[in-house]
Amino acid sequence: MIPGIIDWLTDPANWSGPDGVPAHLFEHIWYCALALLVAAAVAIPVGLAIGHTGRGRFLAVNLAGAARAIPSLGLLFVLVLWLFPKLTGDSAFLVPTLIVLVVLAIPPIMAGAYAGVEGVDPAARDAALGMGMTGGQVLRKVEVPCALPLIFSGLRSATLQVVGTATIAAVVGTGGLGRFLIDGQKVQDFPQMASGALLVALLALGLDLLLALVQRGVVSPGLTGRTVRRGNTPVDVEIDPAGRTVDAPAR
Amino acid sequence: MTWFIDHLDDVQARTLQHVYLAGLPLVLGLLIALPLGWLARRYKPLYAPFTAGFGLLYTIPSLALFVLLPGLLGTKILDPVNVVVGMTLYTVALLVRTVADGLGAVPEDVQQAATAMGYTRVKRFFAIELPLAVPVISAGLRVAAVSNVSIVSVAAVLGIPQLGLFFTDGFARAFYDPLVVGIIACVVLALFFDAVIVLATRALTPWLRATGARS
Repeated sequence: MIPGIIDWLTDPANWSGPDGVPAHLFEHIWYCALALLVAAAVAIPVGLAIGHTGRGRFLAVNLAGAARAIPSLGLLFVLVLWLFPKLTGDSAFLVPTLIVLVVLAIPPIMAGAYAGVEGVDPAARDAALGMGMTGGQVLRKVEVPCALPLIFSGLRSATLQVVGTATIAAVVGTGGLGRFLIDGQKVQDFPQMASGALLVALLALGLDLLLALVQRGVVSPGLTGRTVRRGNTPVDVEIDPAGRTVDAPAR
Repeated sequence: MTWFIDHLDDVQARTLQHVYLAGLPLVLGLLIALPLGWLARRYKPLYAPFTAGFGLLYTIPSLALFVLLPGLLGTKILDPVNVVVGMTLYTVALLVRTVADGLGAVPEDVQQAATAMGYTRVKRFFAIELPLAVPVISAGLRVAAVSNVSIVSVAAVLGIPQLGLFFTDGFARAFYDPLVVGIIACVVLALFFDAVIVLATRALTPWLRATGARS
């Protein structure tokens, strides 16, 4: 198995043209980045609002739980069948894929945002209010910076899920690294499938490390160094100070 | 609706296959994660490498894992064992940290009280620490259960029989009925697993209801 993968990965023919590794890698990153941006633009404001006001938590938690129970593969197929006649060109495959990825990414990002704000030390919040900050200022200057570790853990959890699930999109004809898995399966080319799988895992790992570096640079040093949230892998279950757990879901 | 009634046997058979492929790994994963989580808690230097190391398993996408495992295990690509092993790895990846954190959340004075009452380390683990960690562990298990049900359906792309086959069938024929039935069955199954875990947790933690104050 290993020599086959090495042969495939070192064959120059697999590294050029529209079906080469760079082209599919670029497509894969492009889908994931777009889906994560859209999901973050929706989920972070909503999550912050829930954490800040304490309202709508029950609804959000249950909606997110329900969204997680929807099988991505089934949703993708339904959306492609439904939207395909309505769209033209590449967008006929791209739009359904993006919707599935956004639905997948919203729950962990939102959970990270509201759990982060909820878990802020009440003393810090009180101090900010006592200094005369308005609600908006408390959110911007105290709650968001303090919530960043959990916001990042939600983002990283979502990234892993999105990168993995974007692979499945190749089933309906979208590009991305999943092509190697699906095309390889059709012709029983095991080295091609395994190489594709390896590339996806490496991409997921690389993006996770990248986000970990960004996190290290962005999060205030006062919050790191003495907490257990410092690790290099995304946190999937966090225990907040009240002893309850909040989840940023598994993939 | 008529399609559902006509294919009741199929739905039943594939639901059972799905229960097996998503449920067995939950049990196996929990059994493997318990000693690993205990080790990570008992020997502090192990905590970071254990939680980070097992977390790395997550970076492997499910479809990629189902494709790579046959090469590593020497099984055939259509063998359901690949799915069971893959899902068990994901469950362990999630639960090692949960178990370690759950055991870590047991109050120090409770442990000291148990030691003072003459509990040995082994007895203290099974009679005191593990039961008190159940709520945290069950929260992690619920996340794993719901996502397992969804991930297992991906194996249909390779042709392994379970509810996901309704997705590939329906898509290949541009026919909505099996797709919708498959999605509903998956969601219902996820809710069923979730309910079983919630009920088991309630049964295992009677003191939480007795006080009525905590949840």
